[in-house]
Amino acid sequence: MKTVIVCRCEDITEEEIVEAIHAGYTDFEELRKHLRIGMGPCQGRVCIPLVKKILQRETGRNVEDNPTMRPPVVPIPLGMLAMGWEDEE
Amino acid sequence: MKSDVVIVGGGVNGCALAYRLAKKGLKVIVVERRFLTSGATGACGAGIRQQWSTEENTKLAIDSVKYFENFSKELGMDIDFRQGGYLIINHDEKEVEQSKKNIKMQRSLGLDVRFIDRDEITDIVPILDVEGMHAIGATFCPTDGHANPFKTTFALAKAAREYGANIITHTTVTDIIVENHRVKKVKTTRGSIETDVVVDAAGAWSKEIAAMVGISIPNIPFRKEIMVTERLEAMFEAMVISFKDGIYFSQQKEGQILGGIPIPEEREGYLFMPTFMFLTHMAKTLTRYAPSLKHINMVRHWTGFYDVTPDARPILGPSEEVEGFIHCHGFSGHGFMLSPKVSEVLADFIADGRRDKILDSLSLERFKTGKFTREKSVVG
Repeated sequence: MKTVIVCRCEDITEEEIVEAIHAGYTDFEELRKHLRIGMGPCQGRVCIPLVKKILQRETGRNVEDNPTMRPPVVPIPLGMLAMGWEDEE
Repeated sequence: MKSDVVIVGGGVNGCALAYRLAKKGLKVIVVERRFLTSGATGACGAGIRQQWSTEENTKLAIDSVKYFENFSKELGMDIDFRQGGYLIINHDEKEVEQSKKNIKMQRSLGLDVRFIDRDEITDIVPILDVEGMHAIGATFCPTDGHANPFKTTFALAKAAREYGANIITHTTVTDIIVENHRVKKVKTTRGSIETDVVVDAAGAWSKEIAAMVGISIPNIPFRKEIMVTERLEAMFEAMVISFKDGIYFSQQKEGQILGGIPIPEEREGYLFMPTFMFLTHMAKTLTRYAPSLKHINMVRHWTGFYDVTPDARPILGPSEEVEGFIHCHGFSGHGFMLSPKVSEVLADFIADGRRDKILDSLSLERFKTGKFTREKSVVG
């Protein structure tokens, strides 16, 4: 069988997602947290629309959830953050 | 609908208690406003620590670790429990003095914990900069560690359901009906449940639930912030913490470094927005502790709530004002790590009427009599 990777940051396949949904993780957030989907460097930009589609297909339910946006959206090196700007002056 | 017990809150404590009560044969319903782990459980730092300054917390934590060691097997699902120890950095003689006092008490309870010299620190966590941290020593307990809070809660919920517990999410408790000082009924957005016992395990929102039965609790919600980096190769196993700087960080199973620190101008209340102040303060302190991390990317940053009591210890056990109302809140940032034992103590009381004496020192009444000891070992 062909392996389809849905979440590239965390290496999650479509099969694993379907399996988790059938094991009872039908809540969008619980499914995401169970598999760590969207927690990698892309922050869900690649996988979330696909996961919603799969969840919709498997449950027959309209999935309108979206994960909370977590700053900084784009990865930033700690050394750069450490420079700050407000309290340096 | 009828139930022996209604638990308000689908965090790790609500789910753990549901598991234990259902296993004892009670009919249990958990009502969760959002989804499981949506509160402090899902936002927490995942740490499991037994090094406390008060005997109650130390005891609860030591017994909890014994459960964590077996949970993956007992619950039939891997919770990613790892025991890499907790390294508590000491910066001055006053801290060392307190550490030695703590160690004495902890060792008397059977904990494997020791004071380590400045030079030994990097043997345990090589990436640390002893000078940058201004460290003069540390304490180390090798059986401390961390586990995945999502998986732990989901495993407990799954096991609870297998024993017949009904866990309802996306449902809000709107009122609790009390008659003659006894709990009678819980009203929710999806109907009413008749019950004799209600457990308030609503975390930072426990105050609202207690107010429904006319009980005032002294808990205050504090926004706390955490960040996580990209995944890295395994570099260290211990959680590093400092009470003086308030920082804590560890490398998780997948390789990411996760940590938090209080922001200098911390405010109480239900504030959800993460702050830039946290990021700069955290990055500054973290790269001072471990300078090599300055090239590492931070990928995500979020907030959660500490449900803080006046002595930073939980409020547990039956209410003296309303019969059938059970307190299970006020964890002050330590709810995840104490949940295995807390749920056992409460389940023994609710199902069998067995009253562990720890409930005497952690009752709500201690704040009325003023007889309480503050937990000093708090971070984040």
